Amino acid sequence: MAEDKNEQREGRERAGGAGGRGEGDRPTTGEDPEARGDQRLGVYICHCGVNIARTVDVEKVAEAASRLPGVAIAKTYQYMCSDPGQSLIKSDIEKHGLTGVVVAACSPRMHEPTFRAAVGEAGMNAYLFEMANIREQCSWIHEDREEATDKATDLVRAAVARASRLDRLTEREVEVTPEALVIGGGIAGIQAALDIAEAGYRVHLVERTPSIGGHMAQLDKTFPTLDCSACILTPKMVDVARHANIDLLAYSEVEEITGYIGNFHVKVRRKATSVDRHLCTSCGDCIEKCPSRVPSEFNEGMAERRAIYTPFPQSVPSEPVIDRDHCLYFQNDGKCGVCAKICTVGAIDYTMEDEIAEFDVGTVVVATGYDEFQPKLKPELGYEAYDNVITGLEMERLCSASGPTEGEFAIGGKEPKDVVFIQCVGSRDETVGNPYCSRVCCMYTAKQAHLVREKLPKANITIFYMDIRAFGKGFEEFYDRVRKENVIYRRGSVSEIYKKGERLVVRGEDTLVGEPMEVEADLVVLATGITPRRETEELVKQLKLSRSADGFLLEAHPKLRPVDTPVDGVFLAGCCQGPKDIPDAVAQAKGAASSAIAPMAKGTVMAEALTASIDEDLCSGCRICVSVCPYGALAYDEEDDVSKVNEALCKGCGVCAAACPSGAITMSHFTSEQMLAQVVALIGGSDG
Amino acid sequence: MAVSLKETYELLGCIQCGRCTAGCPVGFRTYLNVRKVVYEGLTETGPRDAKGRPEAWNCTTCSNCTDRCPKGVKPMELLIGLRSAAIEKGKAMPTVRDALESTFKHGNPWGRGRDKRMEWAEDLDVPVADEGEEAPLLYFYGCTPAYETRAQDVAKSLVRVFAAAGVPYKTLGTAESDCGNEIWRLGEQGLFELLVEGNTELFRSHGVETIVTSSPHCMNTFKNEYGDLGIEALHYSQFLKELLDEGKLELPTPVEKTVTYHDPCFLGKHNEIYDEPRDVLNAVPGVTFVEFDRSRERALCCEGGGGRMWVEAVEERGERIAEIRVNDAVALGADYLVTACPFCLLTLEDAVKTSGNEGKIEVVDLSELVAMAL
Repeated sequence: MAEDKNEQREGRERAGGAGGRGEGDRPTTGEDPEARGDQRLGVYICHCGVNIARTVDVEKVAEAASRLPGVAIAKTYQYMCSDPGQSLIKSDIEKHGLTGVVVAACSPRMHEPTFRAAVGEAGMNAYLFEMANIREQCSWIHEDREEATDKATDLVRAAVARASRLDRLTEREVEVTPEALVIGGGIAGIQAALDIAEAGYRVHLVERTPSIGGHMAQLDKTFPTLDCSACILTPKMVDVARHANIDLLAYSEVEEITGYIGNFHVKVRRKATSVDRHLCTSCGDCIEKCPSRVPSEFNEGMAERRAIYTPFPQSVPSEPVIDRDHCLYFQNDGKCGVCAKICTVGAIDYTMEDEIAEFDVGTVVVATGYDEFQPKLKPELGYEAYDNVITGLEMERLCSASGPTEGEFAIGGKEPKDVVFIQCVGSRDETVGNPYCSRVCCMYTAKQAHLVREKLPKANITIFYMDIRAFGKGFEEFYDRVRKENVIYRRGSVSEIYKKGERLVVRGEDTLVGEPMEVEADLVVLATGITPRRETEELVKQLKLSRSADGFLLEAHPKLRPVDTPVDGVFLAGCCQGPKDIPDAVAQAKGAASSAIAPMAKGTVMAEALTASIDEDLCSGCRICVSVCPYGALAYDEEDDVSKVNEALCKGCGVCAAACPSGAITMSHFTSEQMLAQVVALIGGSDG
Repeated sequence: MAVSLKETYELLGCIQCGRCTAGCPVGFRTYLNVRKVVYEGLTETGPRDAKGRPEAWNCTTCSNCTDRCPKGVKPMELLIGLRSAAIEKGKAMPTVRDALESTFKHGNPWGRGRDKRMEWAEDLDVPVADEGEEAPLLYFYGCTPAYETRAQDVAKSLVRVFAAAGVPYKTLGTAESDCGNEIWRLGEQGLFELLVEGNTELFRSHGVETIVTSSPHCMNTFKNEYGDLGIEALHYSQFLKELLDEGKLELPTPVEKTVTYHDPCFLGKHNEIYDEPRDVLNAVPGVTFVEFDRSRERALCCEGGGGRMWVEAVEERGERIAEIRVNDAVALGADYLVTACPFCLLTLEDAVKTSGNEGKIEVVDLSELVAMAL
């Protein structure tokens, strides 16, 4: 062991090593005959202000570390991540000829890249750096200073044991396919696709339904500006249709995504539309003559569409599709065929089959949106029992000039006299597993109340609320305006709706009066909240994403990486990540687009240096590794009767190494030797 | 010093939205405001027992407040806690005190002797398990069907139905004691624990495997509050449904009546048993079934639960809910208002009289309806 006996001990620096100790007090652990010789490690214990130092005696930890085998130097510093902290490491590498660096500080999720870059700048291989997490895994979760100090000492000892066995690794540079995939054609997906396309890259925009537009297309007006939603959305939809860089795949679903940042391979199922889009002129004659009636999804079931249909007049693409589940031709063995007879250009093709489109992309934007809360989960509100209890989206369609009543505001043919809105239906409600606020209902209810007031100047409008959250730009002002339009806000939650003759009775408590109360209504609008898409779980599996506790897709960091996911090259936009209003969804979409553009603009990304390798002498060819690899990076070679790793595909997750029954697979940077040394040092005792 | 109400009942989660008060069946009937009680608890500004907040005795323990609270607060438990505190201090109202004392002494809250417990069965051939005799299938007839004249019809009908289906059941005769469901809800947790202990020992000594109860209240406490009892507890509607499905029970005689069904809270809201009683009802030939507007999860409470049978309601106002229920049933054109709970039977039948609907409608227990069809 090298030592620095002559080194001046200055400040908080401690020099030392196992050799510096007397014969009698040989450490019981830590002194590991297998540790590589001539190691000169630098160990740095971070105070993190008081975040660590309040609970952990960092000096004591450094003192203990200085005596570990292979440690040339052990120091503490206020903020290791600061520029001076990084400079300290860099100058020590030079001055002491360090062979490895351990920083005991926060989670490697935060600053591992910082320190890897720092040691790299000093000429050391970045993979010779190791981090011990003594903040999240120690100081933040313990109170007893002595015990926390012991634990930090253990964690540092384990990190040192591993650090002294680390290998130099090199990252590979990989080319990035200059194309992107956007999943979901709502406003977030539309915006992301347009931005990427405008930057000059090809975009494949996949939309499940026959038209892009999403929920925004269903809305009547937007809050708080009262723009006509369709009027501001449809120009963007047309831009998508026209853009030379956008490959619009409507009525399509992503079947499979494999690969990694820069090189994703995508399979998309293009459902058979039964209409040849190259021949169709979108004249609409087929739709008019179709005899089959189906509840319209776009109109929330309040109107009917045909079996051959476009969801709404401004649909993009404009060509209709045949819904085979409701088409008489498909349901009655070819009897019907009216649309084919009426079509003058012969675009109807009943024999069309689903196609699989395959392509490569460099980056992916997920913009799959949300589902509206199902109010049947709150039976006391009578949604299923009464036709005049409706959801927020149904109210949008009812208000809309393109809606089922063409904007005429009527319930059962009559103008309502008393309209009651109920806030927080399915939001902030643990009984339905949705503890979160949906963020849009306060304002869309205010907007809908305003629309009712416009149409029905004499109606009584009451809004039951728990709290009003008017947090956005112009929101509070809009809330002020709506109240002054003689919309009565009553603070209290509703727990019963029942029928009295032809009218509804809404029972709540006015908590400000302190009395239960009943309000009669002809129309009750439930401010139904935003919930994760039912298909979220499939998406999570397809892309290896994660969900947060609320069920929405999880961002890489809630504050600083709100657009990224834990998977490199995959970004989030819109309500798939959590409830958002339109401007927030658009902003996030623009963020996701620019994140997706960055690697394409650079042209290359550094690929994972951590990969699996197979010792072909040990491999029995059992192929268990092939079956467990989530990235398709392993393949069986029949000729050699062994499995082989495709390093370009390997993400270094280590599943194969853990699964291999022969111990033939080695994960670089997480070799058995490195892991075992770390574990042994950790459980070996605390007197090292 | 006792722990504060806000700690015991975790009231700090409350956001004062008022949904508890809004859904409270007696909120319009009395001055009980559940939200206010919770607020006083969490700000420690209110009385700590039901003596100071007598409306707490009005709670029917229907569980709407607890079931619907968006923040997981349990106001019903708080109200029961206020009753407990009053009882502990000897401040329970006299009728409640008498019911508790009777339960302690005689095993029933009706103030009647244990020796009279099987009077309902006098002319009937009801099998009684001797001490120590095996009774794998136990019919737990319950206190109210034992002593209350009108409710006795439930037990009488059920044993006829059991006999017709050849059910190998036993009763515990006069050894049976109160189940404790209402005792716990009146706030006498000590007595409840005694009953649990005694009943558990009694059931085990007879090797009981399945209990069929007359009342949803007894079923509820056996099923949910007896800890590790290891005995299946069924309400008779569930049991009759099984008998019908297995073809063991035949109902050949048509009952040409229009009937509606009132969901008892302890069958429906507390235990989500909505379908079985309706299935049994619809298995009766000749019956035309009409559903209440407010049914299943949205059903009204009859005000008979939570020990209310032994409570003098405090400062009532407005129409009784049972009367609303009867009026609604009459408006539906029902000949029979069917329910499946002795307490509902009593409150609804009383409401027929007080609402002036005598002769227009009859309140019938589901067990009676089935017996008519034998």
